[in-house]
Amino acid sequence: MHNKSVAELSRELESGKISSVELTREYLGRLKKEDEQLNSFISITEEQALADAHAADEQRAAGKATPWTGVPFAHKDIFCTNGVATTCGSKMLANFVPPYDATVTENFRKAGAVCLGKTNMDEFAMGSSTESSHFGATTNPWGLSQGEKRVPGGSSGGSAAAVAARLVPAATATDTGGSIRQPAALCGVTGLKPTYGRVSRYGMIAFASSLDQGGPIARSAEDNALMLNVMAGFDPRDSTSIDRDVPDYTATLNEPLKGLRIGLPQEYFASNLNAAVEEQIRGAIREYEKLGATVKEVSLPHADLAIAAYYVIAPAEASANLSRFDGARYGYRCEDPKDLMDMYTRTRAEGFGAEVKRRILVGTYALSAGYFDAYYLKAQKVRRLIQQDFIDAFQEVDVLMSPTTPSPAFVQGEKSNDPVTMYLEDVFTVAINLAGIPAMSVPAGFVDGLPVGLQIIGDYFSEARLLNAAHQYQQVTDWHQREPQ
Amino acid sequence: MTISREDIEKVAVLARIRVDDEQVSELEKDLGNILDLVDQLSAADTDAVEPMAHPLNAVQRLRPDEVTETNQREAFQAIAPATEKGLYLVPRVIE
Repeated sequence: MHNKSVAELSRELESGKISSVELTREYLGRLKKEDEQLNSFISITEEQALADAHAADEQRAAGKATPWTGVPFAHKDIFCTNGVATTCGSKMLANFVPPYDATVTENFRKAGAVCLGKTNMDEFAMGSSTESSHFGATTNPWGLSQGEKRVPGGSSGGSAAAVAARLVPAATATDTGGSIRQPAALCGVTGLKPTYGRVSRYGMIAFASSLDQGGPIARSAEDNALMLNVMAGFDPRDSTSIDRDVPDYTATLNEPLKGLRIGLPQEYFASNLNAAVEEQIRGAIREYEKLGATVKEVSLPHADLAIAAYYVIAPAEASANLSRFDGARYGYRCEDPKDLMDMYTRTRAEGFGAEVKRRILVGTYALSAGYFDAYYLKAQKVRRLIQQDFIDAFQEVDVLMSPTTPSPAFVQGEKSNDPVTMYLEDVFTVAINLAGIPAMSVPAGFVDGLPVGLQIIGDYFSEARLLNAAHQYQQVTDWHQREPQ
Repeated sequence: MTISREDIEKVAVLARIRVDDEQVSELEKDLGNILDLVDQLSAADTDAVEPMAHPLNAVQRLRPDEVTETNQREAFQAIAPATEKGLYLVPRVIE
């Protein structure tokens, strides 16, 4: 049963072949056993899950089911869950139990889905390897099957690893600079970062507010569509939410791809790209040609500035967002503060990990008097140039395709002492967040037994088209069904 | 771009994060490398470019001035570090 997709589980529940309680018990049993090796979960909420499963079975019996009623899944531990600890992977919030639900949490609750727990992540979503979590690193199941401890990517590495290892069929995630797509690529699963404003940020702990966006991770594009159907929508509680109709993302999955115009950004096939990864990506693009798509090279002239702009804007916004963690109101507080300044400085020194502190300091520096224009304002101007590159490209083509990452999953510890090397993991993903457009990562092959992800980038609000393109590819390939041993 | 020890100490005070001498040395290297990376920005010609704050150029939405939230004191008191008689206790902040 653990190998079934959300769509299949939903049909099994509907037909009465299995109850949600049975299904939830099976998943919980597997999760508790298998996750000892992976550490993909921060908390498992067994009691609540079983209660929700009972309620879901009653809903089904009463004929009030949605496609999600009784289907198990997990939330990244960045989404507030009423009454359940929400840590954001940090010591600062290790004891934080939110008195409210995030909108995304509420949406899944209303749909009747059964949350099994909260998945591991880089602290405050700052990282590309899920090694900076206060609750320990998550291990990529694909590395383990080769006898190596490799990273699952990050920051949503817990969600991606759990889905890859079949501990849950689906998990929520967030993406500020690649945190859905990069772990999806490294774990061989499918993930989607929606258009900025498509999914509510209410109750999603803030990292960089002009870039953060929640989205799905699951094995297939079809399951991503089922998740996005629940997650997307206008929310008056998020001031940057966009008031625009949400289509049924499953309705257009089967549209033919004949005539789809694919652009290959030449800057994303540059020298830093691993040759074996490039070969897999070129192979995937040939599949699209067989499906009737046309392919041409395009240029994103400011692509090489994306990392620099991102690593000003994201830390600057983080430094402001994380100023709320002061020891006074909730979360961690240092022992016996001598005075107010001592409470602030020790609480934050002890409560935050090294990478979070680095980013707060860089952000504070970039926003400080005398440097604001040179860094923050300059980065925001470059951000517009990057956005314009995409707007121009979408005059010529319908979607862009590239590798999601320059190379497959690396070994734990390899990059954790060198922030700049770690930042370059995001070289093909950050520009998408700066522009605010949607993009997916889809399993597209293996290099040395490790998964490779194809990134499909679309224009604003083109999620349905991206899901359609990914789904059609998954009808003629089986990379997304491969399972780590 | 190098960042001096004094700069780091100043920024740490602004950010309200205590750093000891050893950490300042590490940060000198790490922050220096990060600033080298972001210094690529200075090469971009942005003279005629407007800064971008929101991808869709959306502006702040206003809502009707109506009461929508209900009082949840008990829920909030339950997660506060210390409370007494419905009040929130915090460490002394005024000497």
